[in-house]
Amino acid sequence: MKSRELDAPSRAADRAAGPQNQGAAFVRQCLALTEMEMRKLRHDPTELVTRALQPMLWLAVFGEVFSRVRAIPTGGSLRYLDFLAPGVLAQSVLFIGIFYGIAVIWERDLGIVHKLLASPAPRVSLVLGKALSGGVRGLTQGFAVYLLAWILGVGIKWGPGDLAGVALAILLGAAAFSTLSLIIACIVRTRERFMGIGQLLTMPLFFASNAIYPISIMPGWLRVLARLNPLTYEVDAMRALMVRGGSTIFGMGFDFAMLLVSSVVLAAIASRLYPNLAR
Amino acid sequence: MNILETHALTRRYGDLTAVDGVDLSVSQGEIFGLLGPNGAGKTTVIKMLTTLLPPSGGRAVVAGFDIQRQPSRVRQSIGYVPQLVSVDGTLTGYENLLIFAKLYGVPRSERQARISSSLEFVGLQDAANRMVRGYSGGMMRRLEIALAMLHLPKVLFLDEPTVGLDPLARQLVWQHINSLAGEFRMTVFLTTHFMEEADHLCDRVAIMNLGRVAALGQPDELRASMAKPEATLDEVFAHFTGHQLDNGGDFREISRARRAIARRG
Repeated sequence: MKSRELDAPSRAADRAAGPQNQGAAFVRQCLALTEMEMRKLRHDPTELVTRALQPMLWLAVFGEVFSRVRAIPTGGSLRYLDFLAPGVLAQSVLFIGIFYGIAVIWERDLGIVHKLLASPAPRVSLVLGKALSGGVRGLTQGFAVYLLAWILGVGIKWGPGDLAGVALAILLGAAAFSTLSLIIACIVRTRERFMGIGQLLTMPLFFASNAIYPISIMPGWLRVLARLNPLTYEVDAMRALMVRGGSTIFGMGFDFAMLLVSSVVLAAIASRLYPNLAR
Repeated sequence: MNILETHALTRRYGDLTAVDGVDLSVSQGEIFGLLGPNGAGKTTVIKMLTTLLPPSGGRAVVAGFDIQRQPSRVRQSIGYVPQLVSVDGTLTGYENLLIFAKLYGVPRSERQARISSSLEFVGLQDAANRMVRGYSGGMMRRLEIALAMLHLPKVLFLDEPTVGLDPLARQLVWQHINSLAGEFRMTVFLTTHFMEEADHLCDRVAIMNLGRVAALGQPDELRASMAKPEATLDEVFAHFTGHQLDNGGDFREISRARRAIARRG
């Protein structure tokens, strides 16, 4: 590794100039950030356990009680607990995603964001890497909620296609909400302000969706909000894919298209704003 | 041959001109220091040169690439160690290097060899598999240098490389910076407000004051120009700027610097 090797990066840059190589580099850079997140989780998995507590309360307490009340129409023969399980899974993915910005502000305060932004990785690949990292954390919630729902007797669909569909919905939902969180972090820049806005957003997003009750019983104004909320489409797709007897209201293709569009639009905005964190 | 050039480089924040028409040129293999108190504009210059901050005026070329028209080529050619802690404490030293090797596009076939030689260069082979949060401040800084040299950059930017380090750790970091320039012919562009650091490390220094370059040259040349060869760099600074070097900075800068120091133990 003597002085002559200093030419190596520019030669590597020239080799990487082709579109195929650029595409491969883009994917590698996204996956590098995701790998970073997975390695962190492997070193300290306590977060996974503590995060599983909230969905446990929703399913085991709220779900069990409201199953007995039978006050909420589930649109068919679906038990309320079965109706609720996909909503609780989507909610826990929402919570993970929406508070992801805190970690980004922490990285900025340390200087890690500066280091990432001074690397040759395109801003979009950094944002998508972060979004995918949020998805990986969301998938771990998927395992916890599936296990709990199964213990509580929810009629789970175990088909590989159904499981893959739920995983895709989790990844897209987490991508949408973690990039939304990244946008908020880029705007507010401090942990204190972020916590306030995060708290302010999560409950309206949760209640203005079909996670714990169907859209059909909502007042007109709330229905409009629910139709604009990506969480609604995530829950709608999951309800058909996760539980036996579940069905979609909007159609599977439309649900995934809305999730994809939300993720792409939010990622595009986040990519524009992300460099501001280092200024 | 100049590997870095700036022409009338300027950055404004509203009414405040943080960097005001800076002209610099740095040769390949040189250790160049930007010297000045907090708030002089040193970090703003480095942020513009590393493409983190767009200039309000002027231009700069780093490793042959224009910072505004070819930012990704610039980033491919540089290494950057920010003032704050930029390694992840929740990963091991090896994992930090592995992730950045992938981000910098170090080919798979060369990755392990580069990581090993970088760790060896900074003397962290034995600590490679320990969590970084257990490292001392000096070890963290050395790991950051290993990270920045992993892809063999042509220009290495170091923002206040020894802030928060004890004298022993500072000496060790200086040794590594000297080796990068001597052994690898890497150009090092650093900022500091420690006069001793500039005197010990830098081939040439630019003294910055209120966003402008007040003096530029080899430390000995600057001393000679004030007809006092035994003068300290503090005296040189006072001579060219008209005031003593103090540690200024606003609330945000100071609290961030103190957090960095606290993190480094």
